[in-house]
Amino acid sequence: MTSRRNFLIAAGGLGLGAGGGSVFATPAAMQDAIRTVVGNAPVRRGRVKLDMPPLIDNSNSVPLSVAVESPMTPADHVKAIHVFTEKNPQPNVVSVFLGPRAGRASIATRVRIADTQTVTAIAEFSDGSFWSGSASVVVTLSACLEEGLI
Amino acid sequence: MASAVVNVPATTKRGEIIEIKALVRHAMETGFRRTQLGESIPRDIIRQFVCSYNGVEIFRAELHPAIAANPLLTFTTVATESGTLAFRWTGDNGFTVTESAAITVV
Repeated sequence: MTSRRNFLIAAGGLGLGAGGGSVFATPAAMQDAIRTVVGNAPVRRGRVKLDMPPLIDNSNSVPLSVAVESPMTPADHVKAIHVFTEKNPQPNVVSVFLGPRAGRASIATRVRIADTQTVTAIAEFSDGSFWSGSASVVVTLSACLEEGLI
Repeated sequence: MASAVVNVPATTKRGEIIEIKALVRHAMETGFRRTQLGESIPRDIIRQFVCSYNGVEIFRAELHPAIAANPLLTFTTVATESGTLAFRWTGDNGFTVTESAAITVV
């Protein structure tokens, strides 16, 4: 069923004219964003734990934490952690850059989640390998495109 | 009212991994929202956060519109020496906020 809100969002999208299309990033856009970061290197699943609440009431502020298994020594550490979403207007969420001085490859922040989707975190290791972890979230109230607050 | 709050342990042991929390007041306007008159609200976000430990960068984050308002970042570092942790947020429209915290390592 098309709600008034969805209709208005769609109508707004059409109003953008050429190059408009969907307001939301698609899984393909997320893949593109991931390729921009990792290049042609393979991304393996594992070693990365992305923690988010499975059911989100207020998606304007969702706690997100990423912990990566790594000894964090100068020879073997996590250089960067990137977080991507499938259905937010933009696929990138946050990129953090750390090093052996971090002691632990573990970060946390608060994010906006537009819709029910899968969120992916990719860790870049000092040996050039990439590992990923993801979490599925269900959203009951969407962020990013909420109106009427102004 | 301070626009940034950081949480760093005041005293710690050498070699200990400490957790740092950094919070800054900012609306993080996404640029995707519209007013009720249909005018789009321009983007105004914090783009970058950097934490330095005695002048050496130890943590950097690049933020996007998907970060919630009043960005909070939690990260860790190894306490190596007494000194100062400096925090710096920079963003759209010339937004810059700096904050620092002293740490004593025994």
